[in-house]
Amino acid sequence: METKIDNLTTQVKYTAKDFASDVDVKWCPGCGDYSILAQVQRSSPEFGELRENIVWVSGIGCSSRFPYYMNTYGFHGIHGRAAAIATGVKLANPKLQVWVATGDGDMLSIGGNHFIHACRKNVNLKIVLFNNKIYGLTKGQYSPTSEKGKVTKSSPYGTVDWPFNPIKIAAGAGATFVARAMDRDPKHLQEMITRAAKHNGLAFVEVLQNCPIFNDGAFFHLTEKESRPDNVVYLEHGKPLVFGANQDKGIKLDGLDPVVINLNDGVHSINDVWVHDEHDSNPTREFILSRFTDVEGLPTPVGVIRQYNKPTYDGDYHHQIQDLISKKGKGTYEKLMFNANTWEVK
Amino acid sequence: MAKKIQVIDDVTIRFAGDSGDGMQLTGSQFTDTVAAMGNDLSTLPDFPAEIRAPAGSLAGVSGFQLHFSSSDIQTPGDAPDVLVAMNPAALKVNLKDLKPGGTIIVNTGSFDTKNLRLANYSTNPLEDDSLSNYNVIPVDLTKLTMTTLEDLTLSNKEKEKCKNFFALGILYWMYNRPLDVTMKWLESKFAKKPEIMEANKRVLQAGYNYGDTTEIFTTRYDVKPAQLPKGIYRNVSGNEAVALGFITASLKSGLNLFLGSYPITPASEILQELSRYKNYGVITFQAEDEIAGIASAIGAAFAGNLAITTTSGPGLSLKLESIGLAVMTELPIVIVDVQRGGPSTGLPTKTEQADLLQAMFGRHGEAPVVILAAQSPADCFHCAYEASKIALEHMVPVILLTDGYLAFGSEPLNIPKFDELKEIKVNFVTNPEGYHPYSRDENFVRPWAIPGTPGLEHRIGGLEKKDVYGNISYEPDNHQIMVNNRLNKVLKVADFIPNVEVDGDTEGELVVVSWGSTFGAVKEAIRNVREDGKKVSHVHLRHMNPFPKNLGEVISKFKNILVPELNLGQLSLLLRNQFKCDVIQFNKVKGQPFKVSEIENKINEVLGGNNGN
Repeated sequence: METKIDNLTTQVKYTAKDFASDVDVKWCPGCGDYSILAQVQRSSPEFGELRENIVWVSGIGCSSRFPYYMNTYGFHGIHGRAAAIATGVKLANPKLQVWVATGDGDMLSIGGNHFIHACRKNVNLKIVLFNNKIYGLTKGQYSPTSEKGKVTKSSPYGTVDWPFNPIKIAAGAGATFVARAMDRDPKHLQEMITRAAKHNGLAFVEVLQNCPIFNDGAFFHLTEKESRPDNVVYLEHGKPLVFGANQDKGIKLDGLDPVVINLNDGVHSINDVWVHDEHDSNPTREFILSRFTDVEGLPTPVGVIRQYNKPTYDGDYHHQIQDLISKKGKGTYEKLMFNANTWEVK
Repeated sequence: MAKKIQVIDDVTIRFAGDSGDGMQLTGSQFTDTVAAMGNDLSTLPDFPAEIRAPAGSLAGVSGFQLHFSSSDIQTPGDAPDVLVAMNPAALKVNLKDLKPGGTIIVNTGSFDTKNLRLANYSTNPLEDDSLSNYNVIPVDLTKLTMTTLEDLTLSNKEKEKCKNFFALGILYWMYNRPLDVTMKWLESKFAKKPEIMEANKRVLQAGYNYGDTTEIFTTRYDVKPAQLPKGIYRNVSGNEAVALGFITASLKSGLNLFLGSYPITPASEILQELSRYKNYGVITFQAEDEIAGIASAIGAAFAGNLAITTTSGPGLSLKLESIGLAVMTELPIVIVDVQRGGPSTGLPTKTEQADLLQAMFGRHGEAPVVILAAQSPADCFHCAYEASKIALEHMVPVILLTDGYLAFGSEPLNIPKFDELKEIKVNFVTNPEGYHPYSRDENFVRPWAIPGTPGLEHRIGGLEKKDVYGNISYEPDNHQIMVNNRLNKVLKVADFIPNVEVDGDTEGELVVVSWGSTFGAVKEAIRNVREDGKKVSHVHLRHMNPFPKNLGEVISKFKNILVPELNLGQLSLLLRNQFKCDVIQFNKVKGQPFKVSEIENKINEVLGGNNGN
């Protein structure tokens, strides 16, 4: 009698609880990380992956405690190296779904090199960047995403460095799925996590995350009910970039410059508004969207900024191995050692 | 008149020319030919760090030394018997090493005003009497090559490039070696460039004939096959042997091999070599930097591969933090350090043994690892295999030390039979019952449970672990227990490695304790002083941490302990510390291996007037 194992395994139905480990969660009360953890656990049953095939890898920082709280395989690495460790896991066993939990310091400062190269190679990793614009675990120094002029413990007179824009870096380095979400918009965050899980290629999700201790309210103008509508534009494929409490504002592309238009001014209409194409084959609009946060007066885009497909590093690597095995045959010790110029001493 | 053939035991030949003259190729062809003839051999290339220094300059001289013999040999030879000098700079740089009365085959065609000036010769050494103590054989290789190829349509530049094969042809004649190994190589190498193939074959034959017919050469030599142990042999360089050793360990253990690496001299050839073996399931990840090289290997080890990383001294420094992570997570990885002259960029193409203490202590916290050191190019194969076995069976990081001398040097490897290689036992845990990530067996080894295994989902990482259970723990007593566990696990490896063997008497006046690549020079030096009727014993170390269990006892039986090293006394420091013994240091840091004579002289100095009895 045949047993249809495939059918059985896909019938494993998980709930969020199945993804919670037995370890006590120890972030500060009110930390945005709690929400990210909860949304990931709620989304995980939707991934269509067996729990034992999911691996969470992290570096160092508050966010990097994440793997301990997930009831999957987990690896808490060292500062900055999560993407490199995760690449090793994925290459060694491409059947695994490999996630990276990281922060703005971990991934964009000490780990910058690994991040851009993972994006460049399109390694099939899912990277969730917890961006709170501050070093939390070391108690409040400015981070590479802190805004210029930021007063912190290590910049009492304000920083003089310009910040990184994570979306711009990911897009520029070649990530094939780039999205932004917010800790305080749980449903949307779940959607972004699930979308990342289903993407075949490097998926990058920047999550704007509140640090209540060292950078409280950094994103409140985006996340709070009263101010959110005027400061955030939700991107949806095929839909116009409309925002505002009364959905009365839109983004128009004036050449390569995005401008905010008033849909009720009698001059502009919905037909003038930029319609979002997630799968745009040309990266120009992706870059324009990534710059919104650098330009005064433009809303912050959240949602999938761009998603496109190209062969993955791990996929191509293992195809190459399979190709060579079918051409040359699987290597054996005899072939390895006795193929060169050998001679016998009797 | 047939020229006479004189049988000799061994000979050392050095090929020297511009880095673009093909000296490494000429040397390796000669090597393959003598190997096929059944000689024992040892080779040492010597090339500049610059890829192509200006033509004709002293900085651009590239050399390849080959020692071959009818008996067992251990080194590429102290001083060449024969120097092939393709230009004035090559003569200038290499003459000082040649044996008094040695033979110089010199390309007179390159001794023009420009090349003489580039080599800082004020007068032509071929015309003054400065070479009168040598047997100089002047041959206009350039002209003879051009004449041989007169009727071919190749460019003059292409024709001239063949001149190294004229020299090779002469040497094949002189040492009574057949041409067929090189002819076959040319046929396969230039299968798609028939004219180049034809040109080189013709020039090789012409060189051979030149030796046979001209009056300049009066004597031919023959070196009979060596009486090596039975078996099938192949010639291997150290880097090649490391690669083969790891693939063999992968085949034996049934695990795929994963290499995470970043190119660095003199280790890059291991990465290059392994990248050719994808159909063996070998994954070579050329990482963005040294740290990603080891970090990816740690990830691959977590996922259940035989994971390794390869580097040289500066790269090892970059990997040290990650080695701490491998120590903490107790994952099996092998780190190969092909040592070179340091610190910093130092002497990247030259050899040194100055990373022993970095391998031993170069980490934060108490972070012991197992350390092996290969003793010869062929031994690199066995060391890579053993390092893999220890890492996998003891769930521990292992550092394998080789060096530039071993990496580029070559010698015959007696290819072991697959069935005779020791088993490598890997047991992935699959049963969730009673599974705890940091439980241990009697050897302090924790279980290896890999992602993809249902029911064994667990988290590990760099934070201190609760003994047995593996959850994060900051308890004071627990940290002490875990530090001790990690140390005991490494110390326990001593139960699984062989005791050191003493070559010679087990007690007496003097024992020489060597490690790593100095093996050959020390062994030959001791053989030589014994021929003078002196008594000296030899202990060679391959296991640097933990030391073999009997080491302290063994060396305590000698009045003097001499420790030659290519550093300022790193093994000496470890021996003094561990065994509270006094040792006599003998140190050299010139980027060059020890000469046999240097060790001999030192032994004689230590023995003073007596003969060691």
